[in-house]
Amino acid sequence: MEGAKGEGPAGDGAMENSVEHPRQQDHLIRDGDFVVLKREDVFKAVQVQRRKKVTFEKQWFFLDNVIGHSYGTTFEVSSGGNLQPKKMMEEITSETKEAGIDNRNIVDDGKSQKLTQDDIKALKDKGIKGEEIVQQLIENSTTFRDKTEFAQDKYIKKKKKKYEAIITVVKPSTRILSIMYYAREPGKINYMRYDTLAQMLTLGNIHAGNKMIVMETCAGLVLGAVMERMGGFGSIIQMYPGGGPVRAATTCFGFPKSFFNSLYEFPLGKVNCLLNGTFSSKALPPESKDSISVEENNGTLLDDLQTSPKEMEESIVEVIENNHPQQETMEVISQEPEYKEHKERGNKKDYIQELQRKQEQQKKRQIEAATLLNERNADGLIIASRYHPTPLALSLLEFVAPSRPFVVYCHYKEPLVECYTKLRERGGVINLRLSETWLRNYQVLPDRSHPKLMMSGGGGYLLSGITVASDKQKSESCVLELQKTEEPTAKKRKVQESDSTLEDLP
Amino acid sequence: MSFVEYEELIKEGDTAIIFLGHGSMFPVQVQRGAQTQTKYGVIRHSAHLIGQPFGSRVTCSKGGWVYVLHPTPELWTLNLPHRTQILYSTDISIITMMLELKPGSIVCESGTGSGSLSHAIIRTVAPTGHLHTVEFHQQRAQKAEEEFREHRVDRWVTVRNQDVCKNGFGVSHVADAVFLDIPSPWEAIGHAKDALKVEGGRLCSFSPCIEQVQRTCQALAEHGFIEVTTLEILLREYSVRTANLPLPDLGGALDPLPVLGETQFKIGVPLKETVGHTGYLTFASKSLF
Repeated sequence: MEGAKGEGPAGDGAMENSVEHPRQQDHLIRDGDFVVLKREDVFKAVQVQRRKKVTFEKQWFFLDNVIGHSYGTTFEVSSGGNLQPKKMMEEITSETKEAGIDNRNIVDDGKSQKLTQDDIKALKDKGIKGEEIVQQLIENSTTFRDKTEFAQDKYIKKKKKKYEAIITVVKPSTRILSIMYYAREPGKINYMRYDTLAQMLTLGNIHAGNKMIVMETCAGLVLGAVMERMGGFGSIIQMYPGGGPVRAATTCFGFPKSFFNSLYEFPLGKVNCLLNGTFSSKALPPESKDSISVEENNGTLLDDLQTSPKEMEESIVEVIENNHPQQETMEVISQEPEYKEHKERGNKKDYIQELQRKQEQQKKRQIEAATLLNERNADGLIIASRYHPTPLALSLLEFVAPSRPFVVYCHYKEPLVECYTKLRERGGVINLRLSETWLRNYQVLPDRSHPKLMMSGGGGYLLSGITVASDKQKSESCVLELQKTEEPTAKKRKVQESDSTLEDLP
Repeated sequence: MSFVEYEELIKEGDTAIIFLGHGSMFPVQVQRGAQTQTKYGVIRHSAHLIGQPFGSRVTCSKGGWVYVLHPTPELWTLNLPHRTQILYSTDISIITMMLELKPGSIVCESGTGSGSLSHAIIRTVAPTGHLHTVEFHQQRAQKAEEEFREHRVDRWVTVRNQDVCKNGFGVSHVADAVFLDIPSPWEAIGHAKDALKVEGGRLCSFSPCIEQVQRTCQALAEHGFIEVTTLEILLREYSVRTANLPLPDLGGALDPLPVLGETQFKIGVPLKETVGHTGYLTFASKSLF
């Protein structure tokens, strides 16, 4: 039977700006969309806003012209910072002109290219297109015709990469954002490589309808990945340290507003009260500014705190991070505009009232979250933070139902070895596994296939397991069995059955 | 039970996983009046399973105990009856992420094989998505259909018994993603392109041999696919144990006297034997143009 695509969660599905036919228009870029710019293997997440200057890969431009085009369209930057759609040129499989056999006579004296830096700059300034510049470089290279075909191929690819600035606008997804973060700002995500994240989502059986507990300090990337796999169905309670959860990466996914209705947050600082029954919704004392800035850096090794020049160059997530106030008021980014509006009007009374209203709302949400947690029937737990995993696992597992998977990520192996040991002592978990994944990518070309690089040891480690009923709870079935000990024995023992009317079929 | 949604209590007709310890487990079909033998004794379904919560400890007739677990595609992958070589969760995880699967995705898959990946896909795309799976072997196609029905996921999957290389997936321009695990994937690239939506989509081909990968990459380029990437992923598991190393006796000349005996500490060591290679994964995007 053919399955038809059903309705997504909540009628208004799409982004705030477009309400009509969200599904049919899904592939078109709209004003206000969160997109990812891609050039070769470099990504940057931005929000489409008219007349807003965007910098990417040493170029600046406006995104206005992308609106109305399909995701996946390629553009190039033309005069005035406008993007023009540009069809991807087919690979010049050059009808083999001249080529050499090997490089025995090619001397690299740095003088084989006759065009100087200034010549090339002049060409660029004249507005000569990228592929024309590449053509010029080939013609002005004395050694080009001596190179082997493969070397010529490689040379052309390299020059194209440099001079043909093709920018693709793609839809954000866990795949793209996790690759982006790992490549550009791994410190923000505790060096979690994207294949490790992929394992977490599957090992954790993350799917629509779950009630998930997520504890992460990965800029909201893990939260976003979980939300994507849940599709707006089910609920998520995000545990957070300090004043509020960082969700910069979550915003990049561009989820519809409805997804956030079932997203709750709960402060770690109140977990113990919740566990021993003394929870109250009174606000915690505000955190000092210092701890917040440390949170941004994830408090990693001392060397990592010195931000390298490259990191300072360009933030991979435009502006959103700067505008996000890390106060007790945890604002979802879409609520920002009205917040600012009030401030601008200069009406202090309104502003204070608004603030109070928001705080009341948050208190209410916190109580809801506490209620959800107290049911102790969550369908799964994901931990991926800069904190030592053991105390987190030991306490948060209390909120998880039996026979549910949990996954704990750590940048280092040793804390997970300890966590494993402590979980064994605690009991109530089975199938504990400590693992990491190795990723190797390949260059596949005719007669030139070989592995490229191997990624291992740097992607983090995972501890996974399944919860079971703890020893304290006796299952009803035990009543039927007369047991003196609970040790498994090899000897056959006859069981006295008190109720002979029990079924006894062959 | 449901492979696509958790339930608390065991019902008749459910598939449950009996866990014996140390990674040893097997699936059972829960039936009123039925019995299951384990090395710890008999489990009576009506008494020990039906109406009990998943995750319960069940004491068997000989006195030993087991746990009864809620099925998940991951547990199913480890316990399903093999009709073919299957994909394991390590590969399944990266495939799921790289194909951008999520609720609502429409996916085409061939070959169905033993249904390991199929169950994982259904879990991910439910409740609003669908899986179109193609298997050219008649018995395997039938067995898969039976299993999907037994597992109550048949409304999210359509099984077609045909040759994907000749006749495609049976649908056109509807898929967000296509997955190929067949001997000659390059012969199905054209059909894959047709099955994918016009606006674009993702493709993955799994092949054990590099020569297959080369031909597939060539076919992908010829059909205008972009972002072609080939990778492989390996799982490295660690065994957590306590280790003892004796302290060497270097003589008693020091003051205070050195401590002798053994030191004990926790270690995480790689497993002695581990999987070396499953297959190469080639991913690509269908270009709009």
